[in-house]
Amino acid sequence: MSTPKPKIRKDAVPMPKQPPEERAHNFREVAIGYSEEQTLAEAERCLQCREAPCIKGCPVEIDIPTFIKLVRESKFAEAAKKIKEKNILPAVCGRVCPQEEQCQAKCTVGKIGDPTSIGRLERFVADWERQHGCETPQKCPATGKKVAVIGAGPAGLTVAADLIKLGHEVTIFEALHKLGGVLSYGIPEFRLPKKIVEAEAEYVEKLGVTMKTNALIGRLYTVDELLKQFDAVFIGSGAGLPTFMGIPGENLCRVYSANEFLIRVNLMRSYDFPKSGTPICGGGKVAVVGGGNVAMDAARCAIRLGASEVRIVYRRSKEEMPARAEEIENAEEEGIIFEFLTSPKRLIGNERRAVKAMECVRMRLGEPDKSGRRRPVPIEGSNFVMDVDMVIMAIGRTPNPIIGQTTEGLKTTEWGGIVADENGKTSVEGVYAGGDIVTGEATVISAMGAGRRAAKAIHAFLMRKENCVEAEKTGEKQQNPRQQH
Amino acid sequence: MKRELARHINLFEFSAKEVAAKTKPGQFVILRIDEDGERIPLTIANADEQKGTIAVACHEVGRTTTQLGRLKEGDSVSDLLGPLGKPARIEKYGTVLCVGGGVMVAPLHFQAQAFREAGNNVIGVVGATTKDHLIFLDEMETTCNELFVATDDGTKGYKGMDFLSDLLKEKKIDRVVAEGPIVMMKTVSDLTRQHGIPTIVNLIPIMVDGMGMCGACRVTVGEKTLFACVDGLEFDGHQVDFDELLARMKMYTTQEKIAYVFSEEEGRN
Repeated sequence: MSTPKPKIRKDAVPMPKQPPEERAHNFREVAIGYSEEQTLAEAERCLQCREAPCIKGCPVEIDIPTFIKLVRESKFAEAAKKIKEKNILPAVCGRVCPQEEQCQAKCTVGKIGDPTSIGRLERFVADWERQHGCETPQKCPATGKKVAVIGAGPAGLTVAADLIKLGHEVTIFEALHKLGGVLSYGIPEFRLPKKIVEAEAEYVEKLGVTMKTNALIGRLYTVDELLKQFDAVFIGSGAGLPTFMGIPGENLCRVYSANEFLIRVNLMRSYDFPKSGTPICGGGKVAVVGGGNVAMDAARCAIRLGASEVRIVYRRSKEEMPARAEEIENAEEEGIIFEFLTSPKRLIGNERRAVKAMECVRMRLGEPDKSGRRRPVPIEGSNFVMDVDMVIMAIGRTPNPIIGQTTEGLKTTEWGGIVADENGKTSVEGVYAGGDIVTGEATVISAMGAGRRAAKAIHAFLMRKENCVEAEKTGEKQQNPRQQH
Repeated sequence: MKRELARHINLFEFSAKEVAAKTKPGQFVILRIDEDGERIPLTIANADEQKGTIAVACHEVGRTTTQLGRLKEGDSVSDLLGPLGKPARIEKYGTVLCVGGGVMVAPLHFQAQAFREAGNNVIGVVGATTKDHLIFLDEMETTCNELFVATDDGTKGYKGMDFLSDLLKEKKIDRVVAEGPIVMMKTVSDLTRQHGIPTIVNLIPIMVDGMGMCGACRVTVGEKTLFACVDGLEFDGHQVDFDELLARMKMYTTQEKIAYVFSEEEGRN
């Protein structure tokens, strides 16, 4: 440690992006991604510090310094393998994880300048691997145990991948026609191209997981019925239910839940209408109500669909906005107007029962509430009317109650979530849950973290009688030659 | 299996073993024809657990329904999801009046059968805009204890649904179930309201996912907003805001025409 190190550059290599005036009119990815040179330059900024605080900041504990070291040595395939030991969706996470609150928030370089851009490096490595073919990891010998996973979102895919590697037989039941859950129906193409989601879900399929799409658990089979065919069940059905404000006029035409708007645009590719058969309203003045990432996504989709004006209407101020700073900045650059400290009171329709205006009230910030954020208080007499042609309600999503309602003895919360401990154990033996269905709307990576912990717990549950070592001794080692794809 | 019921109205039988085993009258499926296809809801008209099939009737009115109508015996669709929605409440009520309109007579027949099996006296009404659009007459004839026919233009049976007011006066009817065009269900509900007869309407608005995720299918029932896909398809006809529903059903009329023309041109090329 005595040899003097070259000085670390304080500024991160900037992410190349499509210019705002261009990207506001297309659905192609905004962030273009680092080139190999940019990747190597950014990797050099990592101190390779022994404490590696970044790992503690990662919900799935990727060995970040080691993968960055491999990147520096241009060993991208090995770097990808290192990441995939812990994270099966690296191309997704490299794009949509809030690294600034996780790994990068703890980065030592961050104390003297920008933290190392871990997410961008992860993205490069994952994209490189996808283009150059990836290895299928070796599996443990078959245990003969069967697990059903409900939902092919981030939590479900993680559980499935972890358990199949441990030698269990895994079947995923996905209600929609596509895999990926919120990655497919929620996050827009320009932030997360769907071919990437498809490729990463395909990787899980290549591991040997059986995928059953168009299978809504609670209707096609109940959890109790699954327990007759499977030794354990994991519920990762997400938070897919829209929330409305409960103000007059919300059922007027051209008033959407963010979920409907995004499902039409992302899952059904309405931006490609009429080639794609699913229509969407667009054009004119659009108001998006809410301040989270979903609101930013909806607003940015609306501008791309040809809206003349898009306003984000949020009841608190910019500081309290739950959306990522990066997404707010992207939205601002694309010309989205922010109406802070504003709350809708009612929606006004035209003669055809389509929304034409929105009455709002201005707010001021009062005392902090339970969340620690200052509570917005309406300013009396500040009501005003805003002309709108379309309104999108992006004020949160709650869990779908179908599984809770149809599963005997499964404890649920007041807001429809499933009660589970930190390892995903629910009130029913053999039934585990994780991700948004337990926590309420959160991040992709926290759902993956929950999936990882649940997979460990499920494995322990399945092996509680005959442990894995015994199975290995008696069972034949499975020959699983590494395949190049 | 494909069977023509009337011009541009077909009955399709799909092999879907798991769905068939779970289907109850009153439920629906969402299907998608191909990769570019939209998801459309269709109420199930029959389920045969032994054969492992479900049946849906479809009237060709736009792009997807026309594409569906072109499918031939042995063809398949890329996605079929179901059964969705809550099963219809089938109990012994006494006399049940089942009023069906247009293509929806087919799924109504599925319910009528169940009402009959539950020991009800079932009076059926088969309605359509015109004589040539009447479907499932034989099936309803067999299933119902008594059957009436009505057309909007009077080309067969009664002209319009007004005859129902006499029927409601003459007979002791314990429950009315209506399934058909929104205007018809509204008319029936308005008539039965005067007689205080519990009336169930089966609503199948525009949907996307069909499992409660999007809220496209929301309907105002009394003071509440409900989602047809998870709270329905059955609703209290005396509480439904039909005018709102009618407006919401017309939300994409322009786009639907564009989509239809586009796909017809694609088909020609």
